[in-house]
Amino acid sequence: MTREEIKRKVNDVFCDVFDDDSIVVTDETTAKDIEDWDSLTHITLVSEIEDVFKIRFSMKEVLGMKNVGEMVDYIARTAE
Amino acid sequence: MSLSLLYKVLFCFCNNSTKSFCKTQNVKANILQFLFLNYDDMVFGSCASRFECSFFFQVIKLNSMMLEKGATAYRNIFLIDLNSIQNEVGRSVFYDPKLYYIGKIPVSLEALPYVAQRVTSVISAMMGRIKKCVVLDLDNTLWGGAIGDDGMEGIQIGELGLGHAYQDFQRWLRELRLMGVLLAVCSKNNEETAKEPFLKHPEMILQLDDISLFVANWQDKVTNIRYIQRILNIGMDSMVFIDDNPFERNLVRDTIPEITVPELPDDSSLYLSYLQGLDLFGTASYSDADKERTRQYQEEVGRIEQRQKFASLDDYLKSLGMVANVRPFDSFSYPRIAQLTQRSNQFNLRTIRYTDEDIARIARDQKYLTLEFFLDDKYGSNGLVSAIIMEKRESGLFIDTWLMSCRVLKRGMEEFIINKVIDVAEANGFKAVFGEYIRTPKNSMVEKIYSTLGFKEVSENRFEVIVGQFRKNKTYIQEKGE
Repeated sequence: MTREEIKRKVNDVFCDVFDDDSIVVTDETTAKDIEDWDSLTHITLVSEIEDVFKIRFSMKEVLGMKNVGEMVDYIARTAE
Repeated sequence: MSLSLLYKVLFCFCNNSTKSFCKTQNVKANILQFLFLNYDDMVFGSCASRFECSFFFQVIKLNSMMLEKGATAYRNIFLIDLNSIQNEVGRSVFYDPKLYYIGKIPVSLEALPYVAQRVTSVISAMMGRIKKCVVLDLDNTLWGGAIGDDGMEGIQIGELGLGHAYQDFQRWLRELRLMGVLLAVCSKNNEETAKEPFLKHPEMILQLDDISLFVANWQDKVTNIRYIQRILNIGMDSMVFIDDNPFERNLVRDTIPEITVPELPDDSSLYLSYLQGLDLFGTASYSDADKERTRQYQEEVGRIEQRQKFASLDDYLKSLGMVANVRPFDSFSYPRIAQLTQRSNQFNLRTIRYTDEDIARIARDQKYLTLEFFLDDKYGSNGLVSAIIMEKRESGLFIDTWLMSCRVLKRGMEEFIINKVIDVAEANGFKAVFGEYIRTPKNSMVEKIYSTLGFKEVSENRFEVIVGQFRKNKTYIQEKGE
């Protein structure tokens, strides 16, 4: 899976979780950029992404990811 | 959670906050409280059950104390058990440590919908959305095989093999019956054939007197279910239809969308666990009276069947042998009368709500005359069915409150009551009786009742009858002791 493909899939998850098809995420997107992104949706996001890519984040990774770019990088490294 | 914290919670629960909170009379809120999850911290390995100080032991003890001291003592506490969900999905699915440490969320996202379902189920039971009746097919639903084809010896019911699954299913239905759920039969069979196993098969759990209404004929099930619903006089949305045949289920589901039709598994050994999993029968209150419900409905069915046999309503009413007992409010009846003033909406002329204390005060007050009515007939007792409060005024007696249970409507009770009211007025030296109708969204059925029973409408919704000119209404109800 290329980085672009991963990003597209991640974008789909965001649209799904926030129930908003107009969301376009970039590598720099953070929780501050999306209005409804609170702690609960954060957990839903993480768990959805885990399911879609069939991976498991460790707690350290969940807390350590600074933006969507880092999330995508992590997925690219793990989901082989 | 540490042990010391556990004790603190226990202490609060049993001695302090919840208790005093619930004792405050003004608190009308209901409290939903989760029981603690069974879990072993493995400090004692697999031997925790040997030691009272183990976490495993304490959680069980805490839960049972909550059940004993909370749920039974305070009716507004609803304890919700999540252990059954944890057992069903497994602890490793139910609890997600990562989620807990990130967000202090004790239940995994996967298990959360089940928890929500439990809570919703308790709330809808609290709101009175309960299932009141289970309509049952017979062949391959209550027993294996078809009674018409296989005969008494051929059907499967009993301790052996598949018969055991049907027997356990019947045991569960019987428990539901004792909890107040009505059981009805709806089967495509000859009535006599269909009843035979209930009467003669030694291993049947359900007996005929467990069944409120037994319908076995060759009509379609939709017609029969509508008949059952009409006779039992309950909402379609409070009924559940159980049938092994997908054709019948689909027909009923498509024609009567309000009724609940569980999609029974093909394998009859799975019926019981499947139906238990649906959590259909939540009820927020339960009393000994619930056990009596089947009998009361059977009596009502007897009355209706009798009625169909008579050419005229008069003949039918005569045949009932109705006897009424009348007296001023009795202190034993205060709570029931207060409850009637609060809950009767249809047959209620002025819809004034009274508390127990109000009723006690009125009963003792010389300014009022009160009457309570009990009605019995050859099928049984209907209990306290009507109450009247009359205020003594200069100009005559004023009917402050008249309400009646709709169960006894159109049996001559209305006529009997007004005859009695006029008798009482005369005996107390009153020349006139006044009544008033106050319209509400629900009481239009009694809009014309005073006019029908011999009163004159003197101004809008105000009625009067002169005692000396009153002609008694026809009724077939005898007064007890006369």
